[in-house]
Amino acid sequence: MSLGESATSLGKVRGLGSAGVGGEHWIKERMTSAALIGLSIWFLASILWLPSLDQKTIGEWLRAPTGAVPMALFIILNFIHAVEGTKSWIYDYFHDDGNRFAAHLILVFAAVLGSAFALFALAKIAFGTHP
Amino acid sequence: MSSAPSHNPSRPLSPHLGIWRWGPHMLVSILHRVTGGALTIAGLALLTWWLMSIAEGPEDYATFASVATSPIGLFVLIGLTWAFFQHFFSGLRHLVMDIGAGFELATNKRMAIATIIGSLIATAALWAYILGVRA
Repeated sequence: MSLGESATSLGKVRGLGSAGVGGEHWIKERMTSAALIGLSIWFLASILWLPSLDQKTIGEWLRAPTGAVPMALFIILNFIHAVEGTKSWIYDYFHDDGNRFAAHLILVFAAVLGSAFALFALAKIAFGTHP
Repeated sequence: MSSAPSHNPSRPLSPHLGIWRWGPHMLVSILHRVTGGALTIAGLALLTWWLMSIAEGPEDYATFASVATSPIGLFVLIGLTWAFFQHFFSGLRHLVMDIGAGFELATNKRMAIATIIGSLIATAALWAYILGVRA
């Protein structure tokens, strides 16, 4: 039986089943977090194990495939994980559809721009002539 | 002798921040969001700036290094280290709960407290090593 407008929010959705969307967001957040367990430990361990933190030493580290490839993954997965995490904020605190869309747009644009800069910098270090 | 509507403790409370009694699990849940936000904004900005400065050469890197090792820079770096460890341990707890484990009240509370103690110890140990042994 439907109570229409008089029903509570819970009453309106009870029995309708799941929304049918959102599973991908949930899985993406967990998959990136699983990868970031290893990558963040690698990042911290590398910083601690490098003989020095001057520009030359870090450059040499990131020119080697063993440095550049995990760093590329670290950048990409961090930005994806940050987007998925921030989506959880947006879905919880932005109730108006228009505001939610605007926040979503700003989030994705900022993340794509930021990750492009980070990856460009890494590529320049890895492939460039030694600055 | 009617007074203000009395609160019967056996009745459930409506879910609102001001009404909940603070507990470790609630604190850790909030910290997970706040540290995630800090790592997203400050952490990723710093990571990107760090990589750009390395790519641009020794002079730009020197600028980055001087800001990073200034008192404010160190404060931010130590804060981000704590935010990382808190988010890391709390994230592990979430993955445990995602498989359906750790929902018993005592276990859940113990895991929540462990993330707070773990993040503080890990942050202190890491920076004691950096400032004491490396520096």
